[in-house]
Amino acid sequence: MIPSQFDYVRVSTVDEAVAALAEHGEDAKILAGGHSLLPIMKLRLAVPTVLIDISGAQELNYVRVDGDQVAIGAGTRHHDLEKSEVAQAEVPLLPHVASRVGDPQVRHRGTLGGTVAHCDPASDLPTALLALGATVVVAGPNGRREIPITAFFLGFFETAMEEGELIVELRVPRTGSAGWGYEKFTRRENDWPIVAAAAVHLPDGSVGVALANMGGVVLRAEAVEAALAEGKSIEEAAALAAEGTSPSSDMHADVEYRSHLARLLTQRALKVAAGETEASTAESTAA
Amino acid sequence: MQVSMTVNGQQRTDEVEPRMLLAHHLRDNLGLTATNIGCDSTSCGACTVIVDGLTVKSCTVLALQAEGSEVTTLEGLSTDGEMHPVQAAFRSEHGLQCGFCTSGMVMASIGVLADNPNPTDREVREGLEGNLCRCTGYHNIVQAVLKAAEAGPAAGQVPSSQQEVSA
Repeated sequence: MIPSQFDYVRVSTVDEAVAALAEHGEDAKILAGGHSLLPIMKLRLAVPTVLIDISGAQELNYVRVDGDQVAIGAGTRHHDLEKSEVAQAEVPLLPHVASRVGDPQVRHRGTLGGTVAHCDPASDLPTALLALGATVVVAGPNGRREIPITAFFLGFFETAMEEGELIVELRVPRTGSAGWGYEKFTRRENDWPIVAAAAVHLPDGSVGVALANMGGVVLRAEAVEAALAEGKSIEEAAALAAEGTSPSSDMHADVEYRSHLARLLTQRALKVAAGETEASTAESTAA
Repeated sequence: MQVSMTVNGQQRTDEVEPRMLLAHHLRDNLGLTATNIGCDSTSCGACTVIVDGLTVKSCTVLALQAEGSEVTTLEGLSTDGEMHPVQAAFRSEHGLQCGFCTSGMVMASIGVLADNPNPTDREVREGLEGNLCRCTGYHNIVQAVLKAAEAGPAAGQVPSSQQEVSA
């Protein structure tokens, strides 16, 4: 399969990318690792007429501590996030989840900014970023602005970015040695999750919980978070995981089964985060 | 558009359409047909090549994205008629059945051994999660990678420029 024709523009800075987006308008798309965009272009689900390749923009490749946050450049590849010592020490949920994306070849190309911009409801890293309460920094013709990730994923493949903007950075709190868990249910190890749950103890004392593939976007499990804040047990809180969700039915799972998975995986993730149990592995996962 | 890259140690400059995939560029423009296209959807790994020391699926990379890169395909592994340790191990352990996935398996295995020179059976299987064998001949493939590990660091390197390969 070969994508439709497009023009290709290579940029080496964010400023050049913003200028190119302004020049080429709404038919232009940003190309980073290309591992979400090129597959849908091959299927003609996306038909941009201009691709602006930002993979040479070195200023987007970093993982660093910035005050009480960790700042991650949007061009950081999953492989680099997985291996980042800063990320492993300061926000270990993220490198773990990066290691669960796709397979090694995919992780060598895919980028954090790309997976957030793509806005797939079954995406691993956006689920972790949502549990962490990340901030998305975007650049556009009017400079930079910050968007809370809770306001970023608007709908199926639809984000709060406006025309002419691109993601330049993700900011997350430094959780350090606080507990976290990520439980993902797949048919094969390198698949997209049928359902996944992320749980992480945050510096403000709350527990962030988010779900993949339980609706049109990745979702915060608000009922679970509220129950935990009220002092309910993990079992009681996790029983509420499917509340407010709208999962789809497909060949892998129907609504009832996905709801069951959401409750079960949330409970497991919370127990791992609380240090009560070990994380599931590909071999031990069963639902 | 013009694209330049070093392929198996040789500098190549060619004219390509922006939409040309690296897999097609290698096969159709450069005649390097060891790189197979299986699923064409980033799943099967048959098109795995090494770009700047990292394994990638060349069906999901534009040729233009390899501008200025060092690319190694299966054809670039042997030196002076000597097989690469991973190739030799696939031969001695019969790590193939129909052979279609083999070039991608060999390239991905070099990446596995670069990251982990002494992997366990389990770690080899995890490292090759992005490569499918439709004959389901995984047992001998895993044995071949474990055998190749006995050759030491050379099993995790490619010869064209002796570039370091990461996982």
